Amino acid sequence: MASDTLLARISDYANRPDPYPLYAELREAGPAVRQADGSYLIGTYHEIVALLHDPRMSADARSRTAPAPYEVTRQPSFLRLDDPEHHRLRNSAMRPFGPPHSPGRVDSMRGEIVQLTKELAEVFQEGRQIDVVDDFAYPLPVTVICRLLGIPDKDEQLFQDWTDTLVASADIGPEGDTAERDQAAGQAEQEMGQYLVQLAEQRRGRPTGDMLSDLVNETDPAVRLSEENLAVNTILLFIAGHETTVNLIANGVLTLLRRPDQLDRLREDPGLLPQAVEELLRYEPPVHMRERVPLVDIDVAGTTIPAGTSVILALASGSRDPMRFSEPDRFDPTRPDNQHVGFGSGIHLCFGAPLARIEAEAALGALLPHLGTARLVQDPPPYRQNAMLRGPRHLPIQL
Amino acid sequence: MPGDLKEGRIVIVGASLAGLRAAEALREEGFTGSLTVVGDEPHPPYDRPPLSKQVLLGQATADTTGLPMRRDPNADWRLGVRATGVDLLAKQVLLEDGESLPYDRLLIATGTRARPWPNPEEASLDGVFTLRTREDAGGLAERLAAGPERVLVIGAGFTGSEIASACRERGLEVTVAERGPAPLVGALGGTLSKLAAVMHRNHGVDLRTGVTVTALRGNGSFTGAELSDGTRVDADVCVVALGAVRNVEWLAESGLAAGPRGIACDAGCRAFNMYGIVTDDVFVAGDVSRFPHPLFDYQMLSLEHWGNAVEQAEVAAHNMVNPGPLQRPHLAVPSFWSTQFGLNIKSVGVPTYSDHVVIAQGSLEARRLAVVYGYKGRVTAAVTVDMAKSLDYYKHLIETAAPFPPPPGAQDRAIAADVAIPSDVPDPSGLSHGPTVALTGYLPDRRLTLVQPG
Repeated sequence: MASDTLLARISDYANRPDPYPLYAELREAGPAVRQADGSYLIGTYHEIVALLHDPRMSADARSRTAPAPYEVTRQPSFLRLDDPEHHRLRNSAMRPFGPPHSPGRVDSMRGEIVQLTKELAEVFQEGRQIDVVDDFAYPLPVTVICRLLGIPDKDEQLFQDWTDTLVASADIGPEGDTAERDQAAGQAEQEMGQYLVQLAEQRRGRPTGDMLSDLVNETDPAVRLSEENLAVNTILLFIAGHETTVNLIANGVLTLLRRPDQLDRLREDPGLLPQAVEELLRYEPPVHMRERVPLVDIDVAGTTIPAGTSVILALASGSRDPMRFSEPDRFDPTRPDNQHVGFGSGIHLCFGAPLARIEAEAALGALLPHLGTARLVQDPPPYRQNAMLRGPRHLPIQL
Repeated sequence: MPGDLKEGRIVIVGASLAGLRAAEALREEGFTGSLTVVGDEPHPPYDRPPLSKQVLLGQATADTTGLPMRRDPNADWRLGVRATGVDLLAKQVLLEDGESLPYDRLLIATGTRARPWPNPEEASLDGVFTLRTREDAGGLAERLAAGPERVLVIGAGFTGSEIASACRERGLEVTVAERGPAPLVGALGGTLSKLAAVMHRNHGVDLRTGVTVTALRGNGSFTGAELSDGTRVDADVCVVALGAVRNVEWLAESGLAAGPRGIACDAGCRAFNMYGIVTDDVFVAGDVSRFPHPLFDYQMLSLEHWGNAVEQAEVAAHNMVNPGPLQRPHLAVPSFWSTQFGLNIKSVGVPTYSDHVVIAQGSLEARRLAVVYGYKGRVTAAVTVDMAKSLDYYKHLIETAAPFPPPPGAQDRAIAADVAIPSDVPDPSGLSHGPTVALTGYLPDRRLTLVQPG
């Protein structure tokens, strides 16, 4: 089949359960493969890494001159901005989250996260059928990110609805009219932003130890976020802070149940868990693709990509590139030199990676004892619509 | 027989970062023979970067910087004993306690020591320090914690600048005396040294440039120093940060190519003898080595970089236990980092190997920038200030000998990105404080005569 329709085929829902043969086809077709819609698809590791580090590549969708799959009207979060704005906003958001200003924030949550995973794992009783997504993989990161930001538990459902709407609009795909979808997203974003700003406002001068409190009480005017930026970037932190982790945990359980030998190995030696999480990020990553736009004509392994063109970096393909990883289609928790691009790389390297690692380790650690006799009820399970943020919608298992 | 290389006796002289990493790597490579590590300090291997940062800030004590072992190298550690020579013919390392250690293969990783203040009497004044060892750092940290009136730092290379930064962070008055026109000029050239000078002064450092210290004063205890411009600095602590001296004297009679610039070796870390003939069984790694690097026209590089010690040790270890065709070259692109005055400075390539620079991204004013160095039209180095995540891109340009200046179109691109200005790096032969990059390296201080045997 023609390689210029690969992106269409990858985003075709029918291929969601196993896009990996398409990625292999992509890598075979060359480092930079032009698609029918004019965009380029990149699937080889070294090219992806080089482009992620290349300061001539913009993360800002507004840099596109070629026809855009959807209209960008809203203020972007730092995820989709370039330096220096990106750096300023990311840095402001980082202050209450990580080093050097808040070095202990994430690690101090470890105990709480482990406790949460234990409580959630109580439904895992022999003989029961449960849904790993609804009963475990989803509630854990949502609860964690709500506590981290300072969102009351009672409003979780509100946030879930807003998130679903926003994530749907962030998908790629050449399907037709997206006006309705985009309008819904705009409205969700506005409501969610307003809610977060109001919540933060309540904590001005009355901090409650969470990130919203820290952000709104920032004393340095040079790094304090404007109301608009506070809204946009806390929405990003909320969504990115759990959306991907849900998939990481569900993909992890699915992978282990498909490979009883590796499951047994981990059950015998839970010390391998940190490495197993890294291997999952390589083998079944939650984030499959990211978009970039060259600011000038750029050469990728002999192909010139014109400035302003949409370039889709297929991270999940890069992490399975046989030019970089030996036996890339084998899940091996003891794999040495596992420099995957599961968290991206370069200036946009995943902000929440330390938290995601702790959550995934704690989650799998709590589930391991229950998985020995478990089996998949449905394989492949039903997947979520999104091709960029890929994971099972449900994962029913019989204990 | 190749199998034999995994057995036999290996002696490593030098029990710091390179020595430890080599010992670990030898075992990882399957070496099953006897392994002896000789170190003149009484401690197991420890890490030095924290000594001029966290330790001086009081965030860690000097005795807590021990290097973690990736695996037990199962070695016979001979600590607190100095090696005094090598007999290449008899294949023995001579120790100061009179013992000699026979070897089949030898790794020299003796590193460097702080360049002492040239006048021994002045250097022995109480309150005068150098900063290289754990004891140095512990003693200095104690003195800083006691709250001296003023600290004088002699030399504004990386170590001197980090010390000054730590002093200011502790609220101590500090004077820095630098013989060059600005701090860090020896390592980074003129453009970034201007930023460094601004950072010193903005943080309240009394920075004196273009001066040397002519004498240290005191009666038993240090009280101040005389400067070449006729002024005097009153201070009660003095840190001499004039770079490092390579620990090669013990090899003077060995017949190895060991001199003030280090021990010359080939790309596979095999030492040269004094006639430039490569040895088969003597290897070198870390700060004490000088090695040819293809990215820098095979000139002999001397690097005092943490990363170089690790990478070279691993290559040396590999080559010690593998036959010729399986041996690997040490080709790592040099890199180092520093933190001072709240800035994170990272370097890749060899900034002194340059004729021009451009500010490719950011700006001096923003104190966040990437400076790219070029030599004869190709990229040879880059230094980022608070922009470390961009470094890999520039590293790739260096590795691929990309044209200089780098291509336009970067986000956060500086207005000056197209304006190449002279890199203003000093002649390496005049460098006195590190991290040293001496490209030509050769000091004709000792004339060799070929002696015909028998």
